[in-house]
Amino acid sequence: MSHLTPSADRRAADIAAFSRRHRFHWFEALPWLIAVAAYFMFPNYLALGSQILAIILFALSVDLVLGYAGIVTLGHAAFFGVGAYTAGILAANGWGEPISGLLAAAVAAACIGLASGWIILRTTGLTLLMQTLVVAAMLYELANKAYRFTGGADGLQGMSVWPIFGTFRFDMFGNTAYFYCLVVLFFGWLVVRNTVNSSFGRSLTGIRENVGRMHAIGAPVAQRRLVVYALSAALAGIAGALTAQTAQFVGLNVLNLERSGTILVMLIIGGIGRLYGAFIGVPLYMIAQDRFAEADPTYWYFWIGLAMVFIVVFLRGGIFGVVERLLARSRKQ
Amino acid sequence: MSATGLQTIALCKNFGALKVSNNIDFRLQAGARHALIGPNGAGKTTFVNLVTGVLRPSSGQLLLDGDDITALPQAQRVKRGLVRTFQITALFRKLCVLENVVLAISERDGIGGDFLRPAGWHRAAIEEAYDILEVMGLAEDALRPITELAYGRQRMVEIALALALKPSVLLLDEPAAGVPESESVTIIEAIERLPERIAVLFIEHDMELVFRVAQRITVLVQGAVLVEGTPAEIAADPRVREVYLGEGRH
Amino acid sequence: MADIFSSIISVGFHGLALAMVLYLISVGLSVTMGLMGFINLAHGAFAMLGGYLMTWLMSRYDVPFGLALAGAVIGVVLISVILERLLYRRFYGGDELDQVLMTMGLIFITIASVTYIWGPVTQPMRPPAALSGQIDLGFRSFPTYRTFLIVCGAILVTLLWLALERTRFGAQVRAAVDNLRMAQTIGINTSRLFAATFALGSGLAALGGGLGAEILPITTFYALENLVYFLIVVAVGGLGSIRGPFVAALLVGISDTAFKYIAPEFGAFFIYALTMVLLLWFPRGLFGRT
Repeated sequence: MSHLTPSADRRAADIAAFSRRHRFHWFEALPWLIAVAAYFMFPNYLALGSQILAIILFALSVDLVLGYAGIVTLGHAAFFGVGAYTAGILAANGWGEPISGLLAAAVAAACIGLASGWIILRTTGLTLLMQTLVVAAMLYELANKAYRFTGGADGLQGMSVWPIFGTFRFDMFGNTAYFYCLVVLFFGWLVVRNTVNSSFGRSLTGIRENVGRMHAIGAPVAQRRLVVYALSAALAGIAGALTAQTAQFVGLNVLNLERSGTILVMLIIGGIGRLYGAFIGVPLYMIAQDRFAEADPTYWYFWIGLAMVFIVVFLRGGIFGVVERLLARSRKQ
Repeated sequence: MSATGLQTIALCKNFGALKVSNNIDFRLQAGARHALIGPNGAGKTTFVNLVTGVLRPSSGQLLLDGDDITALPQAQRVKRGLVRTFQITALFRKLCVLENVVLAISERDGIGGDFLRPAGWHRAAIEEAYDILEVMGLAEDALRPITELAYGRQRMVEIALALALKPSVLLLDEPAAGVPESESVTIIEAIERLPERIAVLFIEHDMELVFRVAQRITVLVQGAVLVEGTPAEIAADPRVREVYLGEGRH
Repeated sequence: MADIFSSIISVGFHGLALAMVLYLISVGLSVTMGLMGFINLAHGAFAMLGGYLMTWLMSRYDVPFGLALAGAVIGVVLISVILERLLYRRFYGGDELDQVLMTMGLIFITIASVTYIWGPVTQPMRPPAALSGQIDLGFRSFPTYRTFLIVCGAILVTLLWLALERTRFGAQVRAAVDNLRMAQTIGINTSRLFAATFALGSGLAALGGGLGAEILPITTFYALENLVYFLIVVAVGGLGSIRGPFVAALLVGISDTAFKYIAPEFGAFFIYALTMVLLLWFPRGLFGRT
């Protein structure tokens, strides 16, 4: 076995390929083209459409901690809920300006993310998982108790959201809401995409792949995990605020375990750690839920449960993972 | 001789009643090629873990270039040039070889926390990583994920990762463990080619490698230093023959 | 003053009863975690199934309480062994996320199945006549069933501990939790050991679910709603520990009862807060190994 020194050409080509990985590909435009097309094709489903867009942002935030940093969480609804209540309470108490509402939601959720992350990220495995659950459950109890502000179990009523930039009024057909969600999602996606492609994002992948080695190369692992946790919380908060502003209502269900659990389901259907899993899994799940769940919630749970077991056993990596494997196989042949 | 690389003074580690490291006084001179040998369970890996900060000593002191580093966390020791490799390959398996090394350089240069610019913009780090791959003969696998590499090649990446951190003291934990003989030659040569300024301490079972590379050898038995000397002295020492070399040649 | 004293006794009594149920259900989860490195979120589903089978046998076929409980435990053990061989064993020591998703899926399937079979209403738990009403313990009277529950729990816990201390199986479990690779090299059949431990843990959960049906009511969302309690007991106790979860169950059972007595409108808020504080001090749990 002799290792010939590769030519300078090879070196230049390798380095170029490596340092160009963050550039945009044509297929990254697809979700956005489809979203715009959907607006014209299904004008009667815009309310569902804007919900889907907001939840995709939520799923992206989960993908950031789960798929990239490897933090398994069953409590991300905590940040979604904090964002929803922040924007909701502002709008119900005389401040209905939507953009600043989003920002306030992001800041509030990031603060909760920092504080809780500082405590829970010291642990791993089952203990960490349990604590993510407990943080969400605590906020749920608080929201339930603070009915003077949150409306408790009845939900937060009387939100009044002002027109965007003082111009675009939220209409009853959901036209404004749809594009509002689409634009916010787009910016959120840019942030996530930029983060995972940055040196910081690559170091997160390193932490997920091998924590011990990251320590050994001198990385401040705890600090990195905390930063990404807070960033993800902020994005989840924005997603929650979007939902609140477009629905003009916040219920206690923004904070419950079901929300934390189903977002994981949506994400694994598409595929985690891939940035695009959310764009496939969320619409698929929510459209199916819209069609079938109302008719019989019992069966819905059954099929979702079965799908989860099936995906973990047979379809590792979700739809995206399967597509990647098929592509790799066809390339080999 | 003030520029001593690494020194341990009366280093002890107990797990309950078990003394895994017992009063170890050890000195690794700057630029040395020093081997640590001993039978299984002698506490060699524990010693590496104590020195690198994975474990906290029960008592004793650790000095790096004369400074007390006993209380420093692992990451801080790395920043001061104290770097290790792992006995069982510990790489970022799904990432490509180049990325593995780039990660190490990014942490060394403090750009690992940059979340604004794309990683590809840190061109100097990538160029430097590629240089290291070329020196280690790994360049042709630069863009292949670790999982596709033969084990011997993975051991080379293990060393490349450590080199990327510009160590002044390098601890190699069984660098040739599990590698077929045909490939271990490449690893021995790589170790011989390491820059002179780096003080190298390696733990090894492969006696051929030990006697070929080491200038000094320390023998560890049951957590304590049995003897230290040149390869010739160690080979001639009857105690060493008794506890180690005799049983070492299966 | 007498009132306060009486309240303390009452809280202690009901807290103890809750602790027994929590421990019986959670101990299996702790061992599966420590031994197989598996996060079994669906563990509570076995307790729930135990409760369903027992109440179903009692109300549908008039099976006596003791027999119905035994039948429920046997049923759950059978189901758990099948699941272990078919699904769980593939994921031992594997990816955390896979484990979480698979067992979450099992919870969903269980919820749907019990709703389909037994309907959405809470299953009635009617203790036999001999265990209903109040029992006078000299200084005051207590609900008979809960007294029975505490005594029963204490006997079961003692038996479990003795079994793990004295039997060959127990020695194997302890050795394997301590050092799995070592256990394998000295010739313990770990695959069979895992299956047996899993079955034992599920059986105990079913027992806890059945016995405790009066405290933790048998409803369709049982496995999801109580999940956080089971996880708290295991994490605070220390993963893989057998006695740790008992101390944690006592702590959780009694303090949760006390908090809900003092400030019922806050629900479980304080027990969650207590958990966070405890784990801040003891990230590996009270009896966790370092």
